[in-house]
Amino acid sequence: MAVYKRPATLKKNPSGFCPGCMHSLSTKIIAEVVDEMGQKDNCLHIVPVGCSTLNLVYWQGDILGAAHGRAPAVATGFKRTNPERLVFAYQGDGDLAAIGLAEIMGAANRGENFTVIFFNNQTYGMTGGQMAPTTLIGQKTTTTRYGRDAETTGYPMKMCELLATLEAPAFVARYALNTPKGVMEAKKAIRKGFEIQMAGKGFSFIELLGNCPTNWGMTPLQTLEYMESNTIPYFKPGVYKDKYKDEVK
Amino acid sequence: MIELNVMLCKGCSYCIKFCPKKILELGTDRNKFGHFYPHLTDEAKCISCGICATICPEGAIELPEKEKEEQ
Amino acid sequence: MAKVLVKGNEAIAEAAVRAGCRFFAGYPITPQNEIPEYLSWRLPEVGGVFVQGESEVASVNMVYGAAASGCRAMTSSSGPGISLKAEGISYLSGTQLPAVIVNISRGGPGLGSIQPAQQDYLQATKALGHGGFRVMVFAPSTLQEAVDLTYSAWDYAERDRNPVLILMDGCLGAIMEQVEFPEMKEPMREGTKNWSLNRVEGVHRSDRLLTPYFPEAMLEMQNKSRALMVKRWEENDVKVEEFMLDDAEFVVVAYGISARVAKEAILKLREEGYKIGMIRPITLFPFPKESFRKLDYTKVKGFIDIELAIPAQMRDDIALEVKDRAPIYEYCRSGGFLFDDDGVYTAVKKILDGGAK
Repeated sequence: MAVYKRPATLKKNPSGFCPGCMHSLSTKIIAEVVDEMGQKDNCLHIVPVGCSTLNLVYWQGDILGAAHGRAPAVATGFKRTNPERLVFAYQGDGDLAAIGLAEIMGAANRGENFTVIFFNNQTYGMTGGQMAPTTLIGQKTTTTRYGRDAETTGYPMKMCELLATLEAPAFVARYALNTPKGVMEAKKAIRKGFEIQMAGKGFSFIELLGNCPTNWGMTPLQTLEYMESNTIPYFKPGVYKDKYKDEVK
Repeated sequence: MIELNVMLCKGCSYCIKFCPKKILELGTDRNKFGHFYPHLTDEAKCISCGICATICPEGAIELPEKEKEEQ
Repeated sequence: MAKVLVKGNEAIAEAAVRAGCRFFAGYPITPQNEIPEYLSWRLPEVGGVFVQGESEVASVNMVYGAAASGCRAMTSSSGPGISLKAEGISYLSGTQLPAVIVNISRGGPGLGSIQPAQQDYLQATKALGHGGFRVMVFAPSTLQEAVDLTYSAWDYAERDRNPVLILMDGCLGAIMEQVEFPEMKEPMREGTKNWSLNRVEGVHRSDRLLTPYFPEAMLEMQNKSRALMVKRWEENDVKVEEFMLDDAEFVVVAYGISARVAKEAILKLREEGYKIGMIRPITLFPFPKESFRKLDYTKVKGFIDIELAIPAQMRDDIALEVKDRAPIYEYCRSGGFLFDDDGVYTAVKKILDGGAK
């Protein structure tokens, strides 16, 4: 017997995301965690560039807009001067894994005490579906018309695996949003990341595997199947690093 | 029982897919943004499990508190 | 307070601390390294934060984050690094956030040289980033002036909610001189800055938004208010030194280290009876237009632009004011060469003798 209320940390209007887009799903569960932790007024959402920018008109709380890929640097400056605030950056794959690679690696390696939530839908949604560093081999985009070719474009970048090799990060995990179970796991991971941050225990990184029905050229329901059989086998969900396994529940 | 905020629904149908009782169905009406939205085919069968609310990207489905008291 | 002997870069760093700067992020680049080096230990001493960023891009964005919280924040670099910071500086201006950027300039373009030069004048005064915004540009020519300008920089930046640039060449950054440091200012974060994302009960409302992204009408409105801001600067905030202009027939125009060297040459030429003076812009932007407008053009026979830049860059601004009323001569070096008194003296004398014919 469940009770559920839409989080107060979301505006009352519909999101600007396309039907079935999991950007709104991940924003919703982040908002739920912020609500449940009673952090609405203490939270700062760093909104970078990409479809995530649509949160400017969806997130009900303090927002700081950042340049493309620079959210972890902006978060560093803000959190270091406001250590008591709950700070998180919500970045897409182009933003984080391409243009912002230096910033995410730098912040993670310094063990900055904030949370980065990484939405991986293997494409640049806002600009019309170009190839992202996370685009799967063979996946068609507007800049890989015949499917991504490893020969010339390399392989999809695994950010959790990369970040887990660093010494400093406290918590690194990846979950897929294509099932209710995955959504619940993701939410738990976000809660854990935020709790690690509020305990001052350092950098947390949660990757959320999502979709882009519009640019993948699929119905929302088709994307669920596609994720199950293509995305998830390559980007394996799970906890990649958990420094305080026994200390923070 | 669930409450759907029709205004927020975009008709993605995730709730329909994951409803364990298979009692959600996309209707033929559109909301003011032009999206079809689902409805319960058999209200009595709803177990208020909350799976539809969990997977709904827009937070359009709520399970109100009063339900609890009635039970 | 007693005078102390200090290096240019460190003078700026200490002045920043005294102005209440409590956040610095930077990336190593010659010839500004003493600024981050000094602040790496000095800021923690006063409860501030120093971060060595992974790049200039990251550093300026860290400053953006700190500035958003109402903290007085600064970053420094040199030519190539300032190009990288262009993105963040544009975002600072777009989001209307105050911050101080220091450019200890060197030879260019490209990697150029690590030796002093004044080749970033156009970048500093015309387009420090994309999107057509302007910043106040302070150009000290002594270390005391560098200290005083740095100390006041945040007052302007916060008044206007716009970044301020301090443009100083690598020579001034490296020399040592006696300066007197001003009193330590306590950083003000609470109460006054209600635009910031800082959180104080009763002062700051919830659900605040700071972003450089706007709908068309709002963006145009903002740009109009930026235009008015520039107009106000031109009316109220011009800083200039007018040196021996009263009877001058020739007017040297120079800033920073060039002005300092030129001054020596002018004194020497005055001894020889030449009627020569100097306009030294201290704010490169707003440019001291009035100093040119009030000259008696029936007396002035010519202007001499002295810069460590080839082709000359400030010449454009001089020409806009002088129009065709007098010829503009140049004496410029570039690539990392410095002027010396004799060089400037000889070159200017040649111009004067030629012009007097």
